[in-house]
Amino acid sequence: MSKLSLLTKGIIKENPTFVLVLGMCPTLGTTTSAFNGFGMGLATLFVLTLSNVLISLVAKQVPDKVRIPVYIVLIAAVVTVLQLLMQAFTPALYATLGIFIPLIVVNCIVLGRAEAYASKNSVIDSTMDGIGIGLGFTLSLTVVGTIRELLGSASIFGIKLMDADGMLVFVLAPGAFIVLGYIMVLFNKLKSRIS
Amino acid sequence: MAKESSLKNMVFTLFIVCLVSSTLLGGAYALTKEPIEAANIAKVNSSISGVVPAFDNDPSKEIFTKELNGKSFNVYPAKKGGKIVGYAVESSTSAGFGGRIMLMVGFNTDGTIFNTSVLSHSETPGLGDKMVEGKSNFSVQFKGKNPADFKLAVKKDGGDVDAITASTITSRAFCDALVTAYKVFQLCIEDQTKNKNSNE
Amino acid sequence: MEYILIIISAVFVNNILLAQFLGTCPFLGVSNKVSTAAGMSGAVIFVMAIATLVTYLFQYYVLIPLGIEFMQTVAFILVIAGLVQMVEIILKKISPALYQALGIFLPLITTNCAVLGVAILVVSKEFAIGGDPHMLNMAQSVVYAAASALGFGVAMVLFAGIREQLDLANVPKAFKGTPIALITAGILALSFMGFAGLV
Repeated sequence: MSKLSLLTKGIIKENPTFVLVLGMCPTLGTTTSAFNGFGMGLATLFVLTLSNVLISLVAKQVPDKVRIPVYIVLIAAVVTVLQLLMQAFTPALYATLGIFIPLIVVNCIVLGRAEAYASKNSVIDSTMDGIGIGLGFTLSLTVVGTIRELLGSASIFGIKLMDADGMLVFVLAPGAFIVLGYIMVLFNKLKSRIS
Repeated sequence: MAKESSLKNMVFTLFIVCLVSSTLLGGAYALTKEPIEAANIAKVNSSISGVVPAFDNDPSKEIFTKELNGKSFNVYPAKKGGKIVGYAVESSTSAGFGGRIMLMVGFNTDGTIFNTSVLSHSETPGLGDKMVEGKSNFSVQFKGKNPADFKLAVKKDGGDVDAITASTITSRAFCDALVTAYKVFQLCIEDQTKNKNSNE
Repeated sequence: MEYILIIISAVFVNNILLAQFLGTCPFLGVSNKVSTAAGMSGAVIFVMAIATLVTYLFQYYVLIPLGIEFMQTVAFILVIAGLVQMVEIILKKISPALYQALGIFLPLITTNCAVLGVAILVVSKEFAIGGDPHMLNMAQSVVYAAASALGFGVAMVLFAGIREQLDLANVPKAFKGTPIALITAGILALSFMGFAGLV
């Protein structure tokens, strides 16, 4: 697979949110605004890339039977580093994203990529894969966040578009499920048109 | 090809990985400790600077606490040129619709409220959360009012406060936090006068 | 009395799945039949209660005294992973039938965000259930975890029942599968919002 396609496959063909249907918890929980979705996506990209790198480095040295616990320890360590960095340099975003930052550890995308790709490929390829899937995830989260923010607060990235209030339900729990569902419908329609 | 999965190999690998990870994390923690502290102080200072008159000291360094009804409250003095120009009181109430509301209330030395800022809350978005500055005019009505003659209760309860439409409980809780803050402020003023008298 | 309030709050008012979004992956993947949903829920309640107990003790007797709270994420997930392994082994010995029934679900519980999520919540947030906000003690934490898992189960079983009916209905092609499941979950979440303010 060419290096460029490693980066771009995460956007449409293997989009983690709309095609692989992974990482639903953060997709629903952190997309109350475009900025939050974007921030969460970048945080996950950071973890995905670093953990892919670490795991592809050590994969050959790890006995098969303990590989899952080892991967989990490495991923958890990367997430902890992220937590510390965010607390120091982006405290407001850290407070907003709350519990979903440590939950990146159990984000199926991260462990899934480690198992399926990073453990079997070179460090460079694994890095590209991590960044690619991370970019796709960031894109999905930002899209969902933008729509929810537009409909729910009548603003985009914090800039108010009109003087009225939005439809509150979209920034609350039910709205998350409904918006995601409808975006998937559109995505499915788009895919069937293209193929 | 991965190493053979003998018990010795498994335990060894797991041990090494845990050791290296813990060491790296300890290092990361040590490196980020100061920036994290600095970020926390910056957060406190920014919430203070919105609610008291202009100051040139570092209120978070001069923090002190006052006891009221068995609870401890943080107070930050704002000074200009060495003289106190206001107090920022970290008040709270557990009477919110969704639980605890934490407020930073800034008083001028004459007792008038300079401004308020919501630190944390769990009120309903679109209803109770209108008490947050910028979301409605609710919090603006307290600016410049002196609790000595502005009754801190909603009009429904015989006070002077315009409640948020359909959010009486949140409005009442907000007033409750303000009343607590004012009582703490009065304790501070008592101290200030006592110190002044003892210095003369 | 407070335990009843904790249970009502965790199951209805702040449902771990419909209000806090934790546990969505298994929710969407496992809930096509009421029987599988019920089985998975039982396993989750069991694991969550024990996991919260162990991580709670670990937080207050190891992490905080040693001043290494930053190791929380690593420690908690290792505890949970280890616990699930142990449960699998014990279940295999004690009740092979149950082990067979749960099949793939058991290892999946490790990556269930709800388990790690509740374990962290219980030692980080103050709860204001029926009184002043305070940190939960051990017994309250375990009850909260079990009740959250129960809420997860209630939502899953309700959802599975709806999905069994949906399978018989005429769903447009683009909606089939996950999209219609999400929209249904949204409506379910909307109805649960009616419980707000109950406690």
